[in-house]
Amino acid sequence: MAGEVPVKALLFASYADAYGSTEVPLLLRAGSTVGDAVAAVRAKAPTAIPARPLVALNERYAKYDEHLSPGDEIALIPPVAGG
Amino acid sequence: MTRVIDVAALVAEVAHPSCGAASVFLGTVRNVNDGRPVTGIEYRGYEPMAVREITGILSRARDRFGTEHIVVEHRLGLLGLGEVSIAIVAAHPHRQAAMDATRYAIEEIKKTVPIWKLEHYADGTREWVDPTRASIVIEPSPVAEVVG
Repeated sequence: MAGEVPVKALLFASYADAYGSTEVPLLLRAGSTVGDAVAAVRAKAPTAIPARPLVALNERYAKYDEHLSPGDEIALIPPVAGG
Repeated sequence: MTRVIDVAALVAEVAHPSCGAASVFLGTVRNVNDGRPVTGIEYRGYEPMAVREITGILSRARDRFGTEHIVVEHRLGLLGLGEVSIAIVAAHPHRQAAMDATRYAIEEIKKTVPIWKLEHYADGTREWVDPTRASIVIEPSPVAEVVG
């Protein structure tokens, strides 16, 4: 469990606009979870993104307690509006 | 996902001699939303996940309605008024299941597929559509008032 976990966070639509970026590289502690990644993104701009947005891990909706591996891609998903 | 949707091609794709019905659902760009005149809608998506989600929905629709013959195409990019943003076509031996399958697919797509709409308004402003915010507005139902 030693070392750090590099992951990539993707932002879309209203979140990306409010945050000013579509991609945020993160370096998290070993054992970090999806929730830790969301917190790390929000720490840089707390008002841009709600406290508990929907999140995807490697293109699948994920729970906040799932653990991250190096190279994982998380995505913060604003309310969807397709169709 | 940015090219114009060829509905006839989709119908041809699902057509099968065993099917007596093909149901088509089209989503189109409307000229007004929440009372604000709209000039166009820009669709953006998390494409690989959107494809994955739509694939899952189609798989569930096939199981649920007993037909292999269902397709979805969703456009991304800036669309003008009246343009088709999504087409769903389901073919089935019988009409009820064909219609139910298209309805199921559009309702599920609206719930989970990571695609977003940036509405362009006539006054030059733009805004991301947030269905969770819109759902707070509760309008009285005329149908309910008929009761009694």
